[in-house]
Amino acid sequence: MEKLLVVNNVSKTYGDYKALNNVSIEVEKGSIFGLLGPNGAGKTTLIRIINQITMPDTGSVILDGEPLQPHHIQYIGYLPEERGLYKTMKVGEQALYFAQLKGLSKQEAKERLKYWFDRLEIGDWWDKKIQELSKGMAQKIQFVVTVLHNPKLLIFDEPFSGFDPINANLIKDEILKLREDGATIIFSTHRMESVEEMCDHIALIHKSNKILDGKLVDIKRQYRSNMFEIGLITPNHAVTAAILKDKFEIFPAAFKSINDELQYKVKVPDSVSKNEFVSYLMTQGQLTHFVEVIPSASDIFIETIQKN
Amino acid sequence: MNHLSLIIKREYLTKVRNKSFIVMTFLSPIIFVGIFALVAYLSSLNNDTVRNISVLDESGFFTEEFNSTPHTRYQILTNVSLEEAKKQAETKEVYGLLYIPKTENLESLSKGITFYSEDSPSLSLMGDINDLLENKVNTLKLREAGIDSETIKSLHININANQETFKGMETSKLGSGLKLIFGGAAGYLLFMFIIIYGNMIMRSVIEEKTSRVIEVIISSVKPRLLLLGKIFGTTLAGITQFLVWVVLILVLMTVVTSVFGIDPAAGSPSQQVLENSVDGGTQQIIHDVMLEINNLPIANLIVMFVLFFVGGYLLYASLYASVGAAVDSETDTQQFMMPILMPLILAVYVGFFTVIDNPHGTVSQVFSYIPFTSPVVMLMRIPFGVPLWQQILSVVILFATFGGMVWFAAKIYRVGILMYGKKPTYKEIYKWLKY
Repeated sequence: MEKLLVVNNVSKTYGDYKALNNVSIEVEKGSIFGLLGPNGAGKTTLIRIINQITMPDTGSVILDGEPLQPHHIQYIGYLPEERGLYKTMKVGEQALYFAQLKGLSKQEAKERLKYWFDRLEIGDWWDKKIQELSKGMAQKIQFVVTVLHNPKLLIFDEPFSGFDPINANLIKDEILKLREDGATIIFSTHRMESVEEMCDHIALIHKSNKILDGKLVDIKRQYRSNMFEIGLITPNHAVTAAILKDKFEIFPAAFKSINDELQYKVKVPDSVSKNEFVSYLMTQGQLTHFVEVIPSASDIFIETIQKN
Repeated sequence: MNHLSLIIKREYLTKVRNKSFIVMTFLSPIIFVGIFALVAYLSSLNNDTVRNISVLDESGFFTEEFNSTPHTRYQILTNVSLEEAKKQAETKEVYGLLYIPKTENLESLSKGITFYSEDSPSLSLMGDINDLLENKVNTLKLREAGIDSETIKSLHININANQETFKGMETSKLGSGLKLIFGGAAGYLLFMFIIIYGNMIMRSVIEEKTSRVIEVIISSVKPRLLLLGKIFGTTLAGITQFLVWVVLILVLMTVVTSVFGIDPAAGSPSQQVLENSVDGGTQQIIHDVMLEINNLPIANLIVMFVLFFVGGYLLYASLYASVGAAVDSETDTQQFMMPILMPLILAVYVGFFTVIDNPHGTVSQVFSYIPFTSPVVMLMRIPFGVPLWQQILSVVILFATFGGMVWFAAKIYRVGILMYGKKPTYKEIYKWLKY
């Protein structure tokens, strides 16, 4: 796949504090890239470097094959975590102002704004001032302002904060649609379920270093622990449980079921294949449930951070 | 449309549409004219009062000296004792009683003269009375010594040395005065403008931070453009407001003076001075003033006034912008205000003390190149004749410093946003410059 953004060995120091240490990432065209990490890890610094708000001390950033240059800001749409709009300005004027700063002509900006305002059903806010809107409403405007100039690269820092579930869902769908239309998206969030749902690729930054990077599926495969969730109907639960405990490492499990069955998570040694394990279980009783436990993004996040 | 003009337009419109800005634009002239009208009205009231003063002259020297004026009426008492006169003065509506005792000679006269009144009498009235008595006594003394006062007058010769430069240009005291008035007015105007609108620029620079819009903006435009746009936009709004003020004040003044029939200069001391010399030469004075104005290098002055005013204002505006760039909220700006105002105050002091004393001395010269003081000091020096190359050099330094200040402010601004919520110290700002 073609890369839209390549960050090469970027380091940044503020005074005595090292905010980024030799971080490299590659973002494929048309993908959703999740930039994860605990608070203060250095995500925002990296995003600011990509937006040319601040310059890296060493390393380089390549956008669409060219080293980052001032005119590239028109190809990037950035929704920062610290966000706001001019409170006393009217919605329409404000959106036009930002669109023009991003290089759109006034006419073009008006047409696109009309499209977006109709799409998000906010057309009658045009003459309202931002201070008259609720937080969620202002967030919608901010989203429109971010995507209006059809940027190749969209960077969303916690895009769902401040939205109710309905609007969060609406915005999620819009983001997915933007990706379909060809945009590449970098997405920084602490909401692991949205990472799970949306991201193709993730990178985890912790204490200024990148500690994990790759396709979400690959990472999950990497973090698989050969753990299976099983349900077994046996003549005597206590006896079977004792046998299983003896042979394997087991953990309590709880899943919804209509049977009265023995429920466990079982860690299977690498030497035993899935088929062998299933066959063995069938000798012990009636097998009603067999699922591989896939690590969630949240599990991976916590595990990796704790390891480091 | 390029970014700078977009930013300027937004800043300008935001300022001009701001409600408190509109209110102040129209309210200030009304308050100003209102206060003026009140003062004029009150002083006209003051002028209308007539003071009755009783004079008991037992010595008999001054009987013919007390001539009543519209505001002071003298009443000469005769054939009453001091006690009776006092009683009379207390019961009647009399402002005061002047008592001149009977004496043998003029020397002892001075000790016995007393003014009785209910409250302390006004200083100017006492001055007038003292002058009157002194003149009379002096004349009497001269006559005693055998000299006629007319002789003395005829012996007195006024000297007013003519001033001329080596190039043959005539200069005069009056001319110097005019030059000072011009320089002083220019300096004062600049001072006012900076104080009124500097804060507005600072607040405008903080606006992006308080409304959290800063990251969006800064990822779209360069901080230098943003700051320049803010300085120009706010300045244009300031000029608009200033022009409205000037026009409104002129209109209101005309209305007020014609409706209430107040003479704008009534009651001011200059009016009285002028009245005194009215026969002598108002015509002559006006003629001289016009002549001197013609002698000033008008074109040079106007061009340089515009350049120094704009340059000086922009430089200080960029200083205010740097303060705005360094802080997160207006409450943090206090510690930075003094260093801005100090050079401005210094400039005015140097202008009014050193330049007046010696327009081309070392101190005046040095300060007319330092950009923080040159707008005031150089403007005050120019009427006294400064070579053109010096003026140009000073203007160039001024504008270059302005450019440097904006660069400096932009640098602070860019780094400052990365440090939310921390009150910066000077040391930290120095460190930021190196980022």
